[in-house]
Amino acid sequence: MKHTLSVTVDNHPGVLARVATLFRRRGYNIESLSVGRTEEPSISRMTIVVDGDENILEQVTKQLHKLVEVCKIMDITSEESVDRELALFKVKADPQVRAEIMQIVDIFRAHIVDIGRRSLIIEATGDEGKINAIEDSLRAFGIMEMVRTGKVAMVRGPKG
Amino acid sequence: MKLKGTDIFIRCLKEEGVDVIFGYPGGQALPIYDALYLSDIRHVLVRHEQGAAHAADAYARVTGKVGVCLATSGPGATNLVTGIANAYMDSIPMVAFTGQVPVPMIGKDAFQEVDITGITLPITKHNYLVKDTQELARVIKEAFFIARTNRPGPVVVDLPKDVMTGEAEYSEDGVEMSLRGYRVLKSPNAGQVVLAAKAIEDAKRPLIYAGGGVISSDASAELRELAEKMQIPVTTTLMAMGCFPATSHLSLGMLGMHGTRYANYAVSECDLLIAIGARFDDRVTGNLASFAPDAQVVHIDVDAAEIGKNVGAHIPIVGDVKQVLSEIVHRVKARPERTEWHELIDRWKDDFPLSYEPFDDDVIMPQFVIEKIYDVSEGKAIITTEVGQHQMWTAQYYRFIQPRTFITSGGLGTMGFGLPAAVGAQIGCPERKVFNIAGDGSIQMNIQEMCTAVEQKLPIIICILNNQYLGMVRQWQQLFFEGRYSYTDIAIQPDFVRLAEAYGAVGLRVTKPSEVEPALRTALQETERPVMIDFRVAREANVFPMVPPGESLQNMLGGDK
Repeated sequence: MKHTLSVTVDNHPGVLARVATLFRRRGYNIESLSVGRTEEPSISRMTIVVDGDENILEQVTKQLHKLVEVCKIMDITSEESVDRELALFKVKADPQVRAEIMQIVDIFRAHIVDIGRRSLIIEATGDEGKINAIEDSLRAFGIMEMVRTGKVAMVRGPKG
Repeated sequence: MKLKGTDIFIRCLKEEGVDVIFGYPGGQALPIYDALYLSDIRHVLVRHEQGAAHAADAYARVTGKVGVCLATSGPGATNLVTGIANAYMDSIPMVAFTGQVPVPMIGKDAFQEVDITGITLPITKHNYLVKDTQELARVIKEAFFIARTNRPGPVVVDLPKDVMTGEAEYSEDGVEMSLRGYRVLKSPNAGQVVLAAKAIEDAKRPLIYAGGGVISSDASAELRELAEKMQIPVTTTLMAMGCFPATSHLSLGMLGMHGTRYANYAVSECDLLIAIGARFDDRVTGNLASFAPDAQVVHIDVDAAEIGKNVGAHIPIVGDVKQVLSEIVHRVKARPERTEWHELIDRWKDDFPLSYEPFDDDVIMPQFVIEKIYDVSEGKAIITTEVGQHQMWTAQYYRFIQPRTFITSGGLGTMGFGLPAAVGAQIGCPERKVFNIAGDGSIQMNIQEMCTAVEQKLPIIICILNNQYLGMVRQWQQLFFEGRYSYTDIAIQPDFVRLAEAYGAVGLRVTKPSEVEPALRTALQETERPVMIDFRVAREANVFPMVPPGESLQNMLGGDK
């Protein structure tokens, strides 16, 4: 099962390497990882999606806790939370199919952010399921390039 | 006041109570060495940086203090790596300082530049690259604090040359640490302590399985109190030898692959297994599926990540072993002796004692040498070992009575550990007799430290159990590879007596059983020089009993008469 961990860490150089090394060394699989600074500049937040059973998740959490620069770990999988991913798609778009693509973009409330002679770049945000759905819809036109940020998440309400 | 980085370095070491450093100089470490030259901190010059790390590691093991080693950048730093990994696997408090190229040159592939913080990421508890002289005092304070608190471990501090020659404001009032994510463990959960105490009172066949954590938290007295009050037999891991006296009637010796049959049988039959500061290593458990099948498990450890890692615990207790044990001892009510359990164990002890058969009256059995070392030292020496057959025989036949007297590479299994470890142990405990029990393979891996021992006038006694084989590998080849001795015959070897003499030490050779004890007594007379004794032992003696790899603890080979 996939779990989403929200991890606050000291905003030091090398923290990402420590976390990544830990996952590699212990053989845990990172589904996605995104990191950025928070409202407190000395702290960064990592949103890590891990695939594994309860035992693996328990070990991941305990081992992460042992990293000196890890401050707090929350498993927000079962929490009421908002999660978002951002994706960019470069899609083949000859003039005759552009209208159709633009309709799909509208349906998913995505944006066209660049137009080339034969291609478009589409920006989409949403939860994982929505991004997967856009990807499926655009595949028929020919996806030339795709990049996804990985998930960022926040617990609803005052808790955090 | 403003001070140079190197002066801050020396002052900080003194604040941490450091009085000895094991090291080896080099280009980027020159400013540090210049400051050491002028300071009263003792520096022990090793002959290879690996020796510095092992010596600092052993120094920490015998004294309980944080061991310190120092090397230059590049190859100096990489030569420390095995020693750092060794300390990490055995949870030894150590701080390793490395020289580094000046900050502006980092990342430019400068001469003798290596990314030592990157290299040591998975084998340190934490590590630092200091980029500003202003951070130096805080980093050193944090490094020692992290190394010795909670589950101890090695910390690397990488020191660029310009950081050491630069100046920064230094206050004698000390610096604040900045460790938001690191908390020293508080008291154990009281409810869990109550559950454990109840389980101990109720058990019919309890067994204590003690690990290295008992020694690192100085909890031997508490362990003994609990075992004696509740009449619980105790088996120890390799790392824990000495934490419970082997001479006690409650002692079962070591468990696991080369443990005693009675210890392993007790694990298999117990109804309550009390694991204390131990991590259920594969060399201990054998086949996990059949490990302690009838037992409820109480697992006490300072590291929460150890709980449930290999074996699930019914009653986990996270906390400092010493504190947890003393709370349990105070809570449990002494109960009537568990006669049946003790009778069963005594029967196993009678039926399956550790034993060996001499091949021939004229051949020295390696186990016999260990027994004689025990006799002449009255069980009070500090024993270091290398890794292999001699190490297991030492664990089996030397009856350790006190903690911090058996210094061995447990987790990493580092050949070449024992000689530099003997140097570190003797410097940490100048009043104690130190023996390095070695194999003829291992001793050649850090033989250069003979020179260090001679220079430092250390009367360590190096006992080589020389069978002219890489014995443990040969044993496995004999048992599991149909006797194909692939590259384990090392009969081509130096003359160890002349080698010792070349270093300025004493060399002795012993070829007959009757000469063993006299040679050891001769060696004990030396007070200022190392003695190397080349014991020519039976070539194909094996370590028994043995749990074949992947088997369950009940299925042992050998030692059943």
